[in-house]
Amino acid sequence: MNQFEVKVFIRLRPSVLDPAGEAIKSASGKLGVEGIKSLRIGKMIEVTIEGNEEIDIKEKIELLSDRLFANTVIEDYEYSIRKL
Amino acid sequence: MASFTVGIVIFPGSNCDRDVFWALEACLDIKTKFLWHESSDLSDVDAIVLPGGFSYGDYLRCGAIARFSPLISALHEFVKSGRRVLGICNGFQILTESGFLPGALVANKNLNFICDDADLTVISTKGNWFNNIDQKRSIRLPIAHGEGRYHCDQETLKRLVDNDLISLKYNKNPNGSIFDIAGITNERGNVLGLMPHPERACDEAIGGIDGLHTLKSLII
Repeated sequence: MNQFEVKVFIRLRPSVLDPAGEAIKSASGKLGVEGIKSLRIGKMIEVTIEGNEEIDIKEKIELLSDRLFANTVIEDYEYSIRKL
Repeated sequence: MASFTVGIVIFPGSNCDRDVFWALEACLDIKTKFLWHESSDLSDVDAIVLPGGFSYGDYLRCGAIARFSPLISALHEFVKSGRRVLGICNGFQILTESGFLPGALVANKNLNFICDDADLTVISTKGNWFNNIDQKRSIRLPIAHGEGRYHCDQETLKRLVDNDLISLKYNKNPNGSIFDIAGITNERGNVLGLMPHPERACDEAIGGIDGLHTLKSLII
């Protein structure tokens, strides 16, 4: 049995307004950092999971991402898998 | 025959369950039964209210984790049977996350938690959740939410409009909801989700009775 480290990134879809991101963008300007054109907040979920092959892990992570981690009405997700 | 009983679901973090209990039992003399979220036996209730609050701490997304409770699993059959389900605030969020209603509720446009009275227009007669048989009607209900901005894609919005599924719209949009939407029903009309709190508007002494009809209409 192998162990894999998975990182799932969840982002609001481009069509969904991100007011929290806008607030941070505004604060960034107040910090004196200029030139920020866009700033959006997402989530990252780290999972350590056991399995034999990467393909099995992929199937599980797809299920988790699609049904639990992200709400695909408003969010997109992508992930990376690394064998430990 | 047993008297009509409304089940009030309690999730860890629900906080409007007692308000709903008060509105139904004390204001309307309707029998209620509290249902813990781990219960999946819905055989002795005739309608269900998913009350407001912060189920499972609103972790991940509002209503996201409640979807996996045994009660919500059992709710699919319940809805299919035609019995009525009312989701208020966090209950509405649970209904969208669980796929009973389309769309999603996201953070208010202005990022504020809004606690106010909202003037609303009743749009649809579907499900007879509101007292508007002949015409559009204006009502006032309290709102209290941080993530009440209804969002859906254009295709879904068209379906909501074309099929008369938009129950309630804000007169003055407080949170950035698409199309000013405050509440929607499913196609059959037996499931209503809304961000405003009808249970907090059931007695003149606390500011109004515009919520009475919606709770009364759990019995149909």
